[in-house]
Amino acid sequence: MRLPVLAASVLALSLAACGSDPDPAQYGPNPDLPRQQSSLLPSMEIARPAGWGSERPTVPAGYTITAIATDLRIPRQTLVLPNGDILVAEGTGDTAPPLRPKDFVAGLIKSRGKTGVEGGDRLTILRDADGDGTYEGRAVFADNLNAPYGLALVNDGIYVANQDSLVRFDYRPGQTRASGPPRRIAELPSAINHHWTKAMAASADGRFLYVGIGSNSNITERGMEAEVDRAMVWQIDAQTGAHRPFATGLRNPSALAVQPGSGQLWAAVNERDELGPNLVPDYITSVREGGFYGWPWAYWGPNVDTRVQPQDPAKVAATIRPDYSLGSHVAPLGLSFSVPAMGGRFGEGVFVGEHGSWNRSTPVGYKVVFVPFRGGRPAGPPIDFAAGFLGADGRARGRPVGVTVDPRGALIIADDMSHTVWRVTPTAQRPAAQPPAG
Amino acid sequence: MTSAVLNRVRAPLHPLHAMLLAFPLALFVGALLSDLAYWRTYHIQWANFAAWLNAGGLLVGAFAVLWALVGLLRTRRRGRTALYFILLLAMWVLGFVNALVHGRDAWAAMPAGLWLSAIVAMLAVAAAWIGYSGASEEGR
Repeated sequence: MRLPVLAASVLALSLAACGSDPDPAQYGPNPDLPRQQSSLLPSMEIARPAGWGSERPTVPAGYTITAIATDLRIPRQTLVLPNGDILVAEGTGDTAPPLRPKDFVAGLIKSRGKTGVEGGDRLTILRDADGDGTYEGRAVFADNLNAPYGLALVNDGIYVANQDSLVRFDYRPGQTRASGPPRRIAELPSAINHHWTKAMAASADGRFLYVGIGSNSNITERGMEAEVDRAMVWQIDAQTGAHRPFATGLRNPSALAVQPGSGQLWAAVNERDELGPNLVPDYITSVREGGFYGWPWAYWGPNVDTRVQPQDPAKVAATIRPDYSLGSHVAPLGLSFSVPAMGGRFGEGVFVGEHGSWNRSTPVGYKVVFVPFRGGRPAGPPIDFAAGFLGADGRARGRPVGVTVDPRGALIIADDMSHTVWRVTPTAQRPAAQPPAG
Repeated sequence: MTSAVLNRVRAPLHPLHAMLLAFPLALFVGALLSDLAYWRTYHIQWANFAAWLNAGGLLVGAFAVLWALVGLLRTRRRGRTALYFILLLAMWVLGFVNALVHGRDAWAAMPAGLWLSAIVAMLAVAAAWIGYSGASEEGR
């Protein structure tokens, strides 16, 4: 280092304190990538919690949002079952042990953005038996799980991705309580578990489950040994539990979805922090089998991250550019393909739940966006679908996580700050009455 | 003659002060050695060691700085005492900046962290040299 570098650091620190991080229109296939920044203190701005009160998330004209379940215990992801019942995974992962003095300080700051509710480690099932949009039925489908997150239904089984294992419950339509303890299908990497969530999607034919396994660090600060079997998507045989890496270099693939029709796997990925307010873009992408997406050596194609040493030029050159940037630090944790029943301009595309930023003095995310598709590919800028999670007073009313499209024409949103499940429907169209489940 | 020589004998540090001073000396030098090891091997555990050694040097060193400040305020002949205090203070301030630099992830702490560790370790050695030589001249 030379003193100018230190001086620049101090300057960057003072700039960071000014909150001058304009939000560029950093979306789409070719996002603007500014120069990397390094400051003495990373920008940390955690929106403190505040209740919804009489407020609701804002939705586009012609749509209605209602809370269909409250007082859950940290709802994360949801699954809409064929009879219309909604399964909610509730829980939270273990905290990775602090490794450096920094980890204690950062942990204290981040804890301000959390509520005191203890994770449920359970699956709650919600039922609207008469199809009037009110989910009057509620039961605990299964408990004593371990930070359940990813959910998938394959034939007569409900698969649940805990933070350390993939398990399977037998399921008969209409069931509201699991008939017994689950069967363990596969172990999932869980040492340290810096990024603990295990997102999941089933292949179109139901033969495989895809599980997203996040990295064990921001950018290898726990060493490369900690990154074995991390930052990748596993393909797991639903019958045998045998697994293999399907795609790698995906820093935190925190939501997975299979595209209807093509059967193509898509992922929402959280990219690395502490390179500045407008780096690195979080993204959604179709996931190529055997593809490498850059982490930790590079990002968005061959952009080298010099924080990783020794460097690996071959890996940098092999890095695939993702399909669609959502913007830096928005933290996409939910991904679901739409159906024509969602109506109007929201009929073809994906919904993305953006949990919201911490590494940015001006918060971004804290909303659900819709990325329109045409011909199976993203086409056009993201549209706010459910916003207002961050109030004008800078306090967070809620934070969206999982989003799930109900094929009858509704979007289910899990909110892990207000512990609510929201349901957004086209106003004009009353949900068709379903035959009583069971 | 004899009394003149005696007059120039510097009072040793209070034993507790000396112990406090031993910590930043050993820990900041240890942080530098750890940073050198990280620099050469890329092995992240050395960077973790450096961060903790530096934090320890700051924690105990803060009391040594305070003691030096009190000593400075209480002495009448300030030259050497002031130099001792200034060296310790500079060591602590740069050590704090170094803690922030070592809070960056992986190689982002380099090379700034290595240079800062070197400067802080040199300041610790210089402060210890003066301190252990007798911080204050008691002009009786």
